[in-house]
Parts: sequence; structure tokens; C-alpha cells
Amino acid sequence: MDGMETIAASGAAQISVRDLTMAYGDFVVMRDLDFDVERGDVFVIMGGSGCGKSTLMRHLLGMVEPAAGEIFYDGETFTGAPVEVRERMLHRFGVLFQGGALWSSMTLAENISLPLEQYTPLDASEIRAIASLKLALVGLRGFEDFYPAEISGGMRKRAGLARAMALDPQVLFVDEPSAGLDPLSSRRLDDLILDLRDSLGTTFVVVTHELASIFTIATNAIYLDVNTRTATAIGPPAELRDHSEDPAVREFLRRGESTDE
Amino acid sequence: MFRTRSAAGAPDGLLDGAKVHLERTGDGLVIGLGGTWQIQAHLPGGTAVEAALDASPPPAAVRFDASSIGDWDSSVLTFVQGVEDAAEARGIPVDRTGLPEGVQRLVGLARAVPEREGAQRAAGHEPWLKKLGGWGLITWDAMIAQVHFLGEVTMGLGRFFTGRARYRRQDLRLLIQQAGADALGIVSLVSFLFGLILAFVGAVQLQQFGAAIYVADLVAIGMVRDMAAFMTAIVVAGRSGAAYAAQLGTMKVTEEIDALRTTGISPIEFLVVPRIVALVLMMPLLTVYADFVGILGGFVVGTGLLDITPRAYVQQTTSALGMTQFIPGVVKGTIYGLLIAVAGCRHGMRAGSSASAVGDAATRAVVSGVVAIIVACGVAQVISWVFGI
Repeated sequence: MDGMETIAASGAAQISVRDLTMAYGDFVVMRDLDFDVERGDVFVIMGGSGCGKSTLMRHLLGMVEPAAGEIFYDGETFTGAPVEVRERMLHRFGVLFQGGALWSSMTLAENISLPLEQYTPLDASEIRAIASLKLALVGLRGFEDFYPAEISGGMRKRAGLARAMALDPQVLFVDEPSAGLDPLSSRRLDDLILDLRDSLGTTFVVVTHELASIFTIATNAIYLDVNTRTATAIGPPAELRDHSEDPAVREFLRRGESTDE
Repeated sequence: MFRTRSAAGAPDGLLDGAKVHLERTGDGLVIGLGGTWQIQAHLPGGTAVEAALDASPPPAAVRFDASSIGDWDSSVLTFVQGVEDAAEARGIPVDRTGLPEGVQRLVGLARAVPEREGAQRAAGHEPWLKKLGGWGLITWDAMIAQVHFLGEVTMGLGRFFTGRARYRRQDLRLLIQQAGADALGIVSLVSFLFGLILAFVGAVQLQQFGAAIYVADLVAIGMVRDMAAFMTAIVVAGRSGAAYAAQLGTMKVTEEIDALRTTGISPIEFLVVPRIVALVLMMPLLTVYADFVGILGGFVVGTGLLDITPRAYVQQTTSALGMTQFIPGVVKGTIYGLLIAVAGCRHGMRAGSSASAVGDAATRAVVSGVVAIIVACGVAQVISWVFGI
């Protein structure tokens, strides 16, 4: 299979972004992004509203083509790769969209089963068992036959996570995990992310601006600055809060409270 | 009692598939997990485990031994979850300490939230009598809701005509344009072709009696009294009726209608009444327009193919039509417009809250609109026959 599977132990980072410039037409959203996400990282993309956090995630998922620069997964080129290669790489990703994005005409179990039916040789009872387990992991035991419209927003979000985990992805993208959740549910989702990272070794890429969440889960973070249109800081968030050279980053991580000491 | 089952498709030695060993030690059952567990491969079956749990004497406890397990992913969890469910059903305690730490944590997580009481849906067939009863109740509720809706619309229309309804004039203007002017193209095409068809059908019969000139009467009276209104209504049901259901259905899904209610604006006055008014105003005009285009279609066939002079055709047409001939057609067109608008808005307002609900609402709006038109057309025929109109 002409070297289809890159050796995981090659030492390459899980995700490498090189000189990425994102633009809509002539409007440059962010330029010269350059960072690595290591295996098992919880990598947080942070920044103020409208700075291009979600746009960066859409680039990492290949939904938008970069204006310039390249993205690698496990050292393998993703940007500009042929469609088949890209699709194979996409199977290693899971995505939790902001509102869950569950398919409303399917029950929760069917939502989780769809990727399994498409990409594994498993039979119906096995798929059902896996779907039940994934729902149990997110605390939705017994909700297999509910439709998304019949459950609450927080439950939809957790069901979305269960669907994103269906194929045991290597990388899980999470868009605004705290949006629309109460503090407790949000905290539980954070804990779940950490549990999954620790137990299954999943790499997480999380888009958020919730400070509580950032300090709880992030092992590494990138700050996208809306004024300079580039990343002004990369590193563990606690370190950035105390030692970043950019006052805007320190201010962001302290909710605007004074940084003069 | 010792059993090994390797996952399908994993040749021994190359890639170790998931392996399960069952062993009775004293009064306990030890489940040994080995090999590589991957979600892409089949799971080891749970039947052997269940058989071991059902053995006599039954095991007093279940333990795991994962000392020889290789790489694993969530498929181990699925298997362990199955074992725990089976053991729990038989009242046998399960000791997870032999599992890898990550598995223990995640299984703990998966079992932390108890299954919600009554959450599992009852599968299987309901007796037919229950289904019939359920259908009857739903239909009854739908009828009540329909009457309720009609009542609200009537009150809304009342407020509209007394100038007390809350709506935006520019919305009404846009709706009138969409229902009227924007429909001219398709109404022209359909009624022209329909006039043409009527002329052809009539000509075949009338030429046998040398009465081809009466094609003009046939087309004129046929179009003006019935067919123009009817064809226009079918077209408008497909255009505006479906559009109303889709618009209101989408607004329902995105909670825009709830937002109107909480703002203190009646969605009936704000959304439904302007749509009904627009269609009721435009349908008679479209009908009259379709009358003339249809007659033009007949004129083309009559003068082009039946050797009738244009002058004779026009004369024959005008002598067949009096002003009174237009009235039934225009009245019918107005009624059809009312039926279409009510059906479209009704199905839009009662749409469910999922993405497919909008499509369902549009389909129902068109189907019930067309059925209502045909029923009304039939009733109108009977009435005009009885009263000799």
C-alpha cells in the first residue's frame, strides 16, 4: 500500500502547522502561524471573539484551503493532498461542533453508528454495543433511541462528543466546549476530555475563550491576536499568564485585571 | 473451562487479534484479556462469558486479568461493559482491578451514571387496536388544532381589516410581489399551454361537425369559468404554498416564532395574516391574467391550424364572453388563494423542530393545498349546476 500508514513512532508531531496564512479573498484573517501539537496534548486555540479561532480549526480539518503554508499530520502532508489520502486522514479525526450538529433525523445511537457502519466491517449488534458504550461514557446511558430534538442542549453536546469518539480518533477537535453549558456541565466536559486523553491517548485541539476551561485542560495553547493578525504567544497557559512578553496575552489570561506588579 | 477466540481477519502471529480466556479459579471466574484490541475488528463474542456466568455452581465473583493485553482502544470498554451488564443481571460482583488503569477509569465513568429509568424505548409491536386509538386521538387533536388555527386567523384578519393588526407594511408589499408579479412567468407558460391543449382537444371533436369555429367558445368559456383559476391555483400552491410552509417552518425551528411571541407580537398577525392577504389579493388578478393568456393560446391554434381568421376568432370569443362569465372564475380563484395560504401557513406553524420537519411541512402544505383546490372545484361545479349560474 505504497507507504500509506506513516509510522507513528517517527517522532513527528501529531499536527504541524507551517507558515499558515488564512484569508477570505483579500481579507487576511491570520498570517504566519507556525506551531506543533504533540501526541496526547490538549492544545487550546484561544483569542478574543472574531480573531479566527474557528477559522483555524476549519483549516486544520481541511474544510477551508489555506491561502499559504502547509499542515502536516504525523509528518504527512495534509494541505493539497489527493482527496483519497485526505479522506483516509480524516477518519483519524473526530469533531465536536459547537451545537453538537447531531443529524436530527437519526436517533443518538444511529448518529454514532453511521461512521462505524461506513468505515468498519462490524455487524449491527457490535455497532449497537459500541454506540451504547460511547453514550455511557458521556453519561447518556439508555438514551440510544432518543432523537436530538428530545434532549437538552447540554445532552446534545455530550452526544456530539460520543459521535466524535465513534471511531476512536487520534485527534479530537472541539469547538467551544463551554458554549451554552452551565458551569457544572462545562466542568464535567473538561474532566471527560482529560479522562479520554489520559486513558485513550487522544490528542485534543480545543477552540475556546473560557479561562476556567483553558487553565483546567490545556497542556499547550496558542493565542491569536486580533490586532496584529498573528499568533503572539504559544505555550502552557499558566506560564503565558505569568511570563508572556505580550501584555495583551497576560491581560487576556487575567480577564483584563491589572498585570502591573 | 478454557476458551480462546481470536478476532476475525487477524492472522495469528502477524497481528494478535483480541483474545479472551475464561478460567474458573475456585469459586471465581477470571477473564483473561490478551492481544490487540482495535475498534475496526470484530469484538470477541459475549456468549462464552454468559455461558461461564450461567455455569453451575455460578461464579461468586468475576475478575479480570489483562497482564498479556497489547494495544487497546475503546473496544475493550465495549467488551467489559457487556461483561459487567451480564454479571450485574445475575447479581455477580465484578472486580475491575485487573484491568489497565485507563480501562478502569473509563469503565467507571461509563457506569457512573445509572441508566435512566424508563429512558430505554420499548421496542416491539403495539396491538392494532392501540394503534387505531392512537391514530384517532392524533387526528382528533389535529382537527381541534385546525379549528383553533382558523379561529385565530379569522380574528387576525378581523384586526387586519380594522387596522389594528401588527405587521410590517414592507413585508406585505414583498409578499404581494412574490405571490403576484413574480409568478407571472410560470402562470403565463402554464395557462398559454393549457389554452393550446384545450383548443386541440376541442378541435378534434368539433371539426367532425364542421364547427371548428366553436373552438373559440370552448377555450374562452373553459378558461374563464374554471380552468384558468384552477391551473393558476395549482401553480401557486406549488410556489407560494410550499414557500410559506418552508419559511414559517424554518422560523419555528430557529425559535424565531417563539421570539415573536415573547416580544408580544402575535405570529398569526405578523406572519400568517399578511401571507393570506397577499395571496387572496393576487389570486384573482393572476386568474384574470391567465384567462387572457389561455385565450391567446387557443387563438394561436385556431388561427394557425384550423383556418379560422383572426377577426372571426376574436368576434366569436367576445360574443361568447360576457362580463358575468368572469365572475365565477375570479371568485373561485380568490377562494383557492385563501385555501392555499391557509394550508401553507398552517403546516409551517405546526412544523416540528428538526431539519426534516421543514421539508415535511412543505410537502404537506402542497398536498393538502392541491387536495383542497380540487375539492373546492368540485363543490363549485355542483353549486353552479344546482343554481344554474
